[in-house]
Amino acid sequence: MVQVATEISRKKRNDADGDAAAPGAVGVRLESASLDYDGRPLFRDIEVTLEAGGFTCLLGPSGVGKSSLLRCLAGLAPLGPGSRLSCDDGGELAGRAAYMDQRDLLLPWLSVLGNVTLGARLRGTAADRARAFELLDRVGLGDHADTRPAALSGGMRQRVALARTLMEDRPVVLMDEPFSALDTLTRHRLQELAAELLRGRTVLMVTHDPMEALRLGHRIHVMAGRPAHLDGALTMPSPPPRDQTAEDVLEHYRELMERLRRAMEATP
Amino acid sequence: MNAAARGLVVAAGLVALWQAVVWLTGAPPYILPGPARVAETWFARLDTIVANGLVTLAEILLGLALGTLVGALTATTIGYFRPARRWLLPVLVVSQAIPVFALAPLLTLWLGYGMASKVAMATLIIYFPVTAGFLDGLNRTEPGWLDLARTMTAGRPRARLAILRHIRIPAALPALASGLRVATAVAPIGAVVGEWVGSSAGLGYLMLHANGRMQTDLMFAALLTLALIALALYFAVDAGLRRALPWVPERQAPVEPS
Repeated sequence: MVQVATEISRKKRNDADGDAAAPGAVGVRLESASLDYDGRPLFRDIEVTLEAGGFTCLLGPSGVGKSSLLRCLAGLAPLGPGSRLSCDDGGELAGRAAYMDQRDLLLPWLSVLGNVTLGARLRGTAADRARAFELLDRVGLGDHADTRPAALSGGMRQRVALARTLMEDRPVVLMDEPFSALDTLTRHRLQELAAELLRGRTVLMVTHDPMEALRLGHRIHVMAGRPAHLDGALTMPSPPPRDQTAEDVLEHYRELMERLRRAMEATP
Repeated sequence: MNAAARGLVVAAGLVALWQAVVWLTGAPPYILPGPARVAETWFARLDTIVANGLVTLAEILLGLALGTLVGALTATTIGYFRPARRWLLPVLVVSQAIPVFALAPLLTLWLGYGMASKVAMATLIIYFPVTAGFLDGLNRTEPGWLDLARTMTAGRPRARLAILRHIRIPAALPALASGLRVATAVAPIGAVVGEWVGSSAGLGYLMLHANGRMQTDLMFAALLTLALIALALYFAVDAGLRRALPWVPERQAPVEPS
């Protein structure tokens, strides 16, 4: 069992492209976390730090526990005793994280607009329709506000899901392989869209695609072993989205693939 | 050929078959009247048939309304309140274990010869399919939707109620619709059985008295009217449900890559 302490950092990053952490960006830290699955320990004493305003990617072999870890952060699975989940501004994470899944999870009886404003509906508050329309425009679906999800393609539905996630306006966004079910071109476009629209928010994205991580992430972790642990972060200072042929992407691709290979060997 | 034309062809075929059986068996009219004779009686006694038909129709409709209401409420209560599940579920099971028809004389004794006992019978027979269908739907909500809703309402009071109202209930409506279709098919049975046990009006009452007087052609006429009412009701309910739930696909869409 290897416990790797990752650095605590709440520094705001600024660079030429104005990729600054949004004011009020919240960093998240999970310490000494444990979780069992089917009676076996999935992770014990694991530590994860999500840098405020940064895009963190989590890779690893299937079944290692990446999605479980994300679900724990989302409050959908209870962490074992001793786990400490905290935000660097002292508040709770519960209620401040937006969740996006591989499935679009659109409700078939609501229109696109109804789905985007689902959060307000559930919380019993008035939905900001103007903002919803604006977000739909930004994801390119402004003309489809009254359409039902069944009439949309998979890529379009996932764009609605992205708009819904942004509508929540939460400082932390947790995404579980959001684009893996899409075809390559749609995936590329949505990756760029997500990078642009999520700028400044604290994002954790679970992905199985190393290229996706290299294009979008500021910090990339590989999860390996059983019980699982996180390795040290592979940092990418340049602002996302990066081109697949960018120098730093190509430079780190081999290293990342090597880490993944070792992770697969280490995880039964 | 569209559905209506097909229906007419089937009906005509059945009538032809009926007439063939009469000819082949040579049965007397008080055992098996032919279609022509039944049609003649139907028109001759139209006023009686219509009057009684309306009574039975009213019993069926009231039973449907009441059974659906109580059934939906029961399912929602069981689906939402954990303690309720433990106490109400056995009641639900028992309500079906007792053959409803065995209760008919008891209901007539308690509620009299009027419409009340028939409506009660129809309600009882409808209650289980509706409740079971709706409850099944409520319990099988897509877990992804529930996960999403939980993240959106984390830490808020009344989150469970909001999730029930905005996600679980709409998601379970197709299952309720299935239960309702079954209920519509069996409701006439409840009404007619209630009438057979003790009544002063209705198609079942008419059938019983016609039978007693060997007026088999009138009995057939009443029976066919009942069948027509049941058929029309089923199609009306089915069409109504499809309009009320426009997002439900006719067939399960195949899982396709995006």
